[in-house]
Amino acid sequence: MTEATVSMTVRTPSDAISVIDIDGEITAASEPALMDAYGRASGERTRRVVLNFSGLEYMNSSGIGLLVTLLVRANRNHQRLLAFGLTDHYRQIFELTRLDEAIGIHDDEAAALAAAA
Amino acid sequence: MSGSHTDGDAWAKPVERLAVTGVEPGGAGINVAGRRPTSPVQGFGRMWQKTYRVRLAGSEATPAEVIAVWKRDFPSFWPKGNRFFAPLAGIAPGEVAVLDLSMPGRIKLSTGVLVMYADEESFTLMTPQGHMFAGWITFSAYPQDGATVAQAQVLMRASDPLYEVGMTMGGHRQEDRHWEHTLRSLAESFGVEGEVAAETVCVDRRRQWGNAGNVWHNAGIRSGVYTAAAPVRFATRPFRRGGG
Repeated sequence: MTEATVSMTVRTPSDAISVIDIDGEITAASEPALMDAYGRASGERTRRVVLNFSGLEYMNSSGIGLLVTLLVRANRNHQRLLAFGLTDHYRQIFELTRLDEAIGIHDDEAAALAAAA
Repeated sequence: MSGSHTDGDAWAKPVERLAVTGVEPGGAGINVAGRRPTSPVQGFGRMWQKTYRVRLAGSEATPAEVIAVWKRDFPSFWPKGNRFFAPLAGIAPGEVAVLDLSMPGRIKLSTGVLVMYADEESFTLMTPQGHMFAGWITFSAYPQDGATVAQAQVLMRASDPLYEVGMTMGGHRQEDRHWEHTLRSLAESFGVEGEVAAETVCVDRRRQWGNAGNVWHNAGIRSGVYTAAAPVRFATRPFRRGGG
């Protein structure tokens, strides 16, 4: 497998909401970084995890599979996943894969946080 | 790697419902047109990730060469009794293929797949409503310790309760055999007698009862009805418009 070329930063605007800023590529190699970021984002009181895709440069089908796995983990922890910062291209991919039916897509961080509140 | 490649042309465009055009002739071609593509989110059963790998030790083939051959000769690597009617345009994003699969009890199940993603080193097929499982299969190749490894990875949920029972009662084993055969055949085409390693992970043990109604589209039932009704279709052919 190739090396991951992604970095993830976790912010917590409130006890119930965490934001993961994704910067780089989402591929199979990103699994450790994504799951580690989710682990940091997921506190005892966290009910919403917001994914910031503004810095997403590339995503292949293994990457979208990772998001499905992340969704399962979030559901298991009674958390909802939301997303913002997707370009039209990546919005279309969420539509194609029908992940938009399970992950709330928003235009920007303000809209995502408002929906998460 | 960053910035050196793009996924812009690798993904299919969103499709609400599948259309079957430009596919090799011979398949039943039912249970595909008009069906929506599905992801594991829309499935019913437990969610599984199954990974099958074969190491092409001794072959000089690069990952891109392996994927090129896999795309070109995809149906030839399948076990006997299962037919893949490839898109005439080849395995390319947005293309649809038709499948006739052998099921236990000599039943033929007709369904299809959408090519969801295809680049030089991988391609992914997505299933439509009515398929045994909701999800996708990614075929990829990558270098590891001086050799190319070919991999098939399935991310799926059984589409409906009947398929879930079927998967539990031998369906998973049959699927394992299918992809193990495929990878062994692929390795043979590169002159390698490869051993296939399989890994199965249950990603989600929960069943999604809200999707139990997917059984309406069950391609196994519909294929069975279609086959059983063949004499009636034959007998009424002269009376139908354009028939005779």
